[in-house]
Amino acid sequence: MLGILASIIDGVLVGLVYGLAAMGLTLIWGVMDVINLTHGTMVVAGMMGLYLLANALGISPYLTLPPVLVGGFFVGVALYWIAIHRMVGRPPLMSLLSTFSVNLILIGVGTAVWGTALFNVEVSLPGFSLGRYTFPGAHILAAVLAAVIAGLLYVFLHYTRIGKALRAVANNREAAELVGIPTTRLLAIAVGTGVALAGVAGMLIGTLFPFTILSGDGYQLKGFIVTVLGGFGNPIGALLGGIALGVLEGAVTPFVPVSWTLVIEFALFVLVLIAFPNGIFASRRGAL
Amino acid sequence: MLRRPFFWIIALVIAAFAVLPAIGNDVEMRESLVLACVYITLASNLNLMLGYTGYINFGSIVFFGLGGYICVWLIYAHDWPLVWSLIAAGAGVSALALVFGLGILRLRGAFFALSTIGIVEGVQAFAENFTPWGGSSGIYISPQVFLPLGGSARALWVIYFALVATMGASLYLSYAIKASKFGLGLLAIGQNEDAAAILGVPTPRYKALVYSASAFLPAIAGGLYFFKSAFIQPSDAFDLTLSTEAIVICMLGGQGTVSGVALGAFLYEQLRGYLLTSSTFANFQLTIAGVLLLVIVLFFPSGLMGFIYSRIPAAKKVLE
Repeated sequence: MLGILASIIDGVLVGLVYGLAAMGLTLIWGVMDVINLTHGTMVVAGMMGLYLLANALGISPYLTLPPVLVGGFFVGVALYWIAIHRMVGRPPLMSLLSTFSVNLILIGVGTAVWGTALFNVEVSLPGFSLGRYTFPGAHILAAVLAAVIAGLLYVFLHYTRIGKALRAVANNREAAELVGIPTTRLLAIAVGTGVALAGVAGMLIGTLFPFTILSGDGYQLKGFIVTVLGGFGNPIGALLGGIALGVLEGAVTPFVPVSWTLVIEFALFVLVLIAFPNGIFASRRGAL
Repeated sequence: MLRRPFFWIIALVIAAFAVLPAIGNDVEMRESLVLACVYITLASNLNLMLGYTGYINFGSIVFFGLGGYICVWLIYAHDWPLVWSLIAAGAGVSALALVFGLGILRLRGAFFALSTIGIVEGVQAFAENFTPWGGSSGIYISPQVFLPLGGSARALWVIYFALVATMGASLYLSYAIKASKFGLGLLAIGQNEDAAAILGVPTPRYKALVYSASAFLPAIAGGLYFFKSAFIQPSDAFDLTLSTEAIVICMLGGQGTVSGVALGAFLYEQLRGYLLTSSTFANFQLTIAGVLLLVIVLFFPSGLMGFIYSRIPAAKKVLE
């Protein structure tokens, strides 16, 4: 009984981080119908930001969060102007290809500079014990931060002028433009926010697990599944989707080899899409 | 079809591929053309999906790798002759693609593209865990298997000619589909799937059929390629670089055109050869492919053939 409870708690902790990692992807997807294939690499960029800042400047790993957030925002805005701006309103496949090619460039440069070596950032925090089971402190803190960030994103989208304008653009870009919302600038802000979230997620994951330049792929793939489970452009949905995925992973891990986990998740992805084209936790009022 | 000049242009290209390296017994040229053949085969078949139907398949490498595995395994474990192994590989992979296609092609556009990434993960996980295929260490076959083809030196030529034939078949397949009613239906799906369905194109069946058709020849090419190296392992067989390059080639040459894709494959192969030997760029192959793709997608979405068509309108009548 305690074992089941422990594995559920573990699933929720991991799932909250998965949810955070997917939030940036789902935000961009929901606002402009663009699937950002650089997402995984941006997660890794957050990890590298953590590693470089924490090691070079010697600051506490958690203090790298603000610079990663701000840096991610500007990288995202640049990404919008380079790869996405000309693709908005074109067939979705074109933006898929353009972000895919930016990803190739980033991965190519990243592997040329850092190779595929394993990086690790040491974090020591007291854990929390439950009978025989111990949950690492870094895990709990990462999950709590993920939940806080999701909450802040919700507040941003629902209670600030920019956030409301973003939701208006997501709902109907032309109508938003007609009532005087500068849609282009808002799309750039959306991509900036999405990439900043990816970077922060990467930074938090970097405090939990070792990583390489190529680690982003797995988180990106999980991001697709979380997005589909949670509904498009819905940050709280992404968190719920992430938790569902985390708990599911905890439940299957004892029975199948690790390399099959992603396959099972992808089968789920296809099945969910066929059964619920708008996501399981999708709100009825439309995107965001 | 025999009266169309394009039919004979393809025949000429095939003849040039077959004859040029054979004249001087030029092994170096042959090895470079082997890669060109693989690129043309992969890109032409990807083009059936990407160019005609407008569905991006990020996992076209699965057909190549799975074909290679089936072929090498049949030769290694069951002593099948090469020809039958190749046919089994092609037919097997095609049938699998049809089954999967009926499932995942119910997903539209971007969702299909994402699920093709899942297919790659799934097949790779299968190959890594399937013990008869040697798991992650793969299968080696002894050079003995080259004996029925007349020793390894001669076998390499036989394999090369078979690859040229596969490439030629790919070009003719692309052309034949484009000229057929089936192809017209696919192009209609590419332009507007809902409208096509309303006008009576059986879209789910057509999509699954073209997905399956685009699997056959890459599987054979994979069988030949890995038989040639007498070794196959998951990381080589399902190397995503090759899928990526096939997409770059399609876009470079002009998606939806037959000659553009072949031209793009040939040019890309030359460029890649140059990059790999140059000391500055050897590590940046993917980066350069990325820059190339980005520039094409942003500024020249119709590729090389689009440029040629706009400069020489008459070319549209001759080159498909």
